Amino acid sequence: MSTITYRDALNQALREEMQRDPSVFLMGEEVGVYQGAYKVSRGLLDEFGPMRIVDTPITELGFAGVGVGAAMVGLRPVIEFMTWNFALLAVDQLVNSAAKMRYMSNGQIGVPAVFRGPGGAALQLAAQHSQAFESWYAHIPGLKVVTPATPADAKGLLKSAIRDDDPVIFIEGEMLYNTKGEVPEGEHVVPIGRADIKREGHDVTLVCHSKTVSVALKTAEQLAQDGVAAEVLDLRTIRPLDTEAVLTSVAKTHRCVVVEEGWPFAGVGAQVVDTIQREAFDELDAPVIRVTSADVPMPYNKQLEKSAKADPAKVIAAVNQVLYRE
Amino acid sequence: MAESTAARPKSKSKGLDAARADEYRRWLRQMLLIRRFEEKAGEAYSLGKIGGFCHLYIGQEAVAVGSLGALGPDDYIVCSYREHGHALARGMSSRVVMAELFGKAAGCSGGKGGSMHLFDASLGFLGGHGIVGAHIPLATGMAFAAKYRETDQVAVCYFGEAAVNNGAFHEALNMAALWKLPAIYLCENNRYGMGTALERASALYDISERACSYDMVNEVVDGQDVLVMNAAMERAVQRARKDKLPTLLEVRTYRFMGHSMSDPIHGHYRTKEEVEDQRKRDPISVWSQRLIEDAIMDSDAVRAMDKEVLEEVDDAYQFADQAPDPEPGELFTHVYASPSNPPE
Repeated sequence: MSTITYRDALNQALREEMQRDPSVFLMGEEVGVYQGAYKVSRGLLDEFGPMRIVDTPITELGFAGVGVGAAMVGLRPVIEFMTWNFALLAVDQLVNSAAKMRYMSNGQIGVPAVFRGPGGAALQLAAQHSQAFESWYAHIPGLKVVTPATPADAKGLLKSAIRDDDPVIFIEGEMLYNTKGEVPEGEHVVPIGRADIKREGHDVTLVCHSKTVSVALKTAEQLAQDGVAAEVLDLRTIRPLDTEAVLTSVAKTHRCVVVEEGWPFAGVGAQVVDTIQREAFDELDAPVIRVTSADVPMPYNKQLEKSAKADPAKVIAAVNQVLYRE
Repeated sequence: MAESTAARPKSKSKGLDAARADEYRRWLRQMLLIRRFEEKAGEAYSLGKIGGFCHLYIGQEAVAVGSLGALGPDDYIVCSYREHGHALARGMSSRVVMAELFGKAAGCSGGKGGSMHLFDASLGFLGGHGIVGAHIPLATGMAFAAKYRETDQVAVCYFGEAAVNNGAFHEALNMAALWKLPAIYLCENNRYGMGTALERASALYDISERACSYDMVNEVVDGQDVLVMNAAMERAVQRARKDKLPTLLEVRTYRFMGHSMSDPIHGHYRTKEEVEDQRKRDPISVWSQRLIEDAIMDSDAVRAMDKEVLEEVDDAYQFADQAPDPEPGELFTHVYASPSNPPE
């Protein structure tokens, strides 16, 4: 176990999986010579050479399609999008090609590819560079959607994603790359589809993922000083959703707040709330409340941006509501 | 009015090689099979036995037959949604293709793909794809895989001329040329993207010239002459396999039917006279006459071959008609590799 950054944890996972399996390669903009726009691929070109660490032109649709084609004939591409904002150009390849190939071919052709890169807002990058798209991809049968929050989960889930036989949408947090945490060395694999309790509690469940895990943990810390024990449940995978973990926690706390970075309409939280009301209606002591980003394109102004994002103050207000506290 | 397919390409069949007589006869049989199969599919569509969209290949048979005849068994093939002919020419049985059109369990995609999504992984036939141009990068990816693994495989992508105005075409060809991939981009220029003539959609009339943007070898091919098509494809395959370089082939052909079964043969976008003029260069007549002239076959043999093909197509129709639907549980299979993941 060593303490490393989220970025280096991803780097470890890539390196180890490429050492383990010669069919794994990394392709994307600036992944090679430049060492990665966010330095996730630092050192990999030297170790694996240009056939396995492939710099592409700025052509998201094109290289996503190249990844799908290579995966259809048995390679295991890891396709890096510099950010998921740019991947909008490649959505057709992800939705119409990657997600549907196995079904359309009646199981003959799979697409064992990982599409990865940072999602969500960073700081003052404005409307076109500050978007959380996990709910879009989670809508699509045939895709898996993974959103690690910690360095250990980043490594363990990326290893699982690369070994997975289906297309995996792997959304990293732009603001998480520099965060540090303990990460097991070598073989550390976190299964896709399992949520994780990041802090135990019995008064209220805070469901979160990716960057909102840190928001929820800060909130729980503040609530603890006030005598409220919040349970922080990190979904880790959006699809397949670990409904069992959500329901188990809600059965314990009877109150729930969902915290997410996306917009409110048809977001990840809407799916979580639907599951809870269907499966655990009688367990609830209060309606479930969602804390999301404001329903606006992200503004550039620092203060406006801050008020658009989910933060501990908004989560505490929501917790007070579900606890019927002033 | 659009000029005739015969006018542009200058290439012409040379004398037939008697040593290839079996191959020549096989081409005619494949073209006849595609023609008769498509006629039957049109009939079945009218009877409501085939649903959805159904894009017939009538008029373009020599393109699939001549080009696929130049490939090896391990090569990869990716097609657009007008791919019944390619599936048959690659060696898929008329039964499994017709059964797929009927949506039956015995179909090549289990009845879950339909007319636009024919697959046979064992033949390297990696799909009919339904989004115009989107499958072109897939072929680039397969060619990349061949280079990555250091095999001598070739990836071939078939698409219509309307797809070249799509960004996917440009992105895919640029990378193939940049990385020197063994890919062949075969543009079947049948003149119309649905009802929009090439000259109303593309600033450049000669699609082959687009390859110059990528410093890629290109060739204009007469797609109504199966021998010319085959020879051009052999050159492209050689270039891919031996020289590891991609090629853009612009194949001039013509669709004798409407864009799909719901589109008339002629209408607002082309005249009856134009279609009739083009039908004078029916690829099957061109080739059968050639075989008769060169004494590879006589007209009785051609008629007998056609009769045999008609029987095969009738058999495929009966097979598809009588085959069972997929089991209801098939609705949920093959969404993911493992049925238990995701759990719901």
